[in-house]
Amino acid sequence: MNPSLSTTLLFVAAALFSIGLAVVVTKRHAVVVLMGIELMFNAVNLNLVAFSQYDPSRLQGQVFSLFVMIVAAAEAAVALALIIQVYRHFRTVNLDELTNLKQ
Amino acid sequence: MLQIAFFAFIALTLIGALTVLLTRNVLYSAYALLLALLGVAALFVFAGADFLAVSQIIIYVGGVLVLVLFGVMLTSKPATTDTSTTVASERPNAVLTESRRSWLGVLLAGCLFLGLSRLLSSAHFTLFDQPMSTAPTTIDTIGKQLMTEYLVPFEVISILLLVALVGAGYLAKRNV
Repeated sequence: MNPSLSTTLLFVAAALFSIGLAVVVTKRHAVVVLMGIELMFNAVNLNLVAFSQYDPSRLQGQVFSLFVMIVAAAEAAVALALIIQVYRHFRTVNLDELTNLKQ
Repeated sequence: MLQIAFFAFIALTLIGALTVLLTRNVLYSAYALLLALLGVAALFVFAGADFLAVSQIIIYVGGVLVLVLFGVMLTSKPATTDTSTTVASERPNAVLTESRRSWLGVLLAGCLFLGLSRLLSSAHFTLFDQPMSTAPTTIDTIGKQLMTEYLVPFEVISILLLVALVGAGYLAKRNV
């Protein structure tokens, strides 16, 4: 892949990050907010991989994005456990209606 | 031919992400997220990261997306006509204030994208002048790196995964 396509990849990552940010800010369902965070993680990984192609002896970007993926998986597991517990307690996962710390 | 496939996968990724943003159905956005994640895996292949593409499919599509689908199913509301519920959106004739302006969030994201694209179009990365990788696969380099330079983070992240597993199991338990 030539450098212009790598630059295209950076633009795609910027668009993906912006869409993820819009999802996180505008959506009200907690699971969809989590999906937006996953989209932002993927945009960051895309950036790391695009630059890592020019570092073939050490591949620091690819190793780092592997770690990002693992942390994202752990984060998703804990966040979904929290969301399920919040749903049991308040009977809703709409973020606008979760206004009490204790009910 | 390669370029057409490249731009097709870019379109797949962005359409999937935009569908997550635009649809109101939570299940549809989970499936659109599947499209976006598969498109990102294909873009990893184009960027010469074959091992990461396979990991992306296994971890995200096989793990995280199944978790998200479980989350959607477990938190779906049963159809109820009970008027004694305390949740505002479940009550019939509930008045919800329209205080959220969702276009503000989209405007924020658009401004971020405009700023980032101006930055990227004016930047010149000296790394892109370097010679590119000619190795047929990245698996052996990643394996060597994980066993030498990144050995400590590799071990720490295994502890992190164990802690996250135990913690998620404990949190999701009934009657904590």
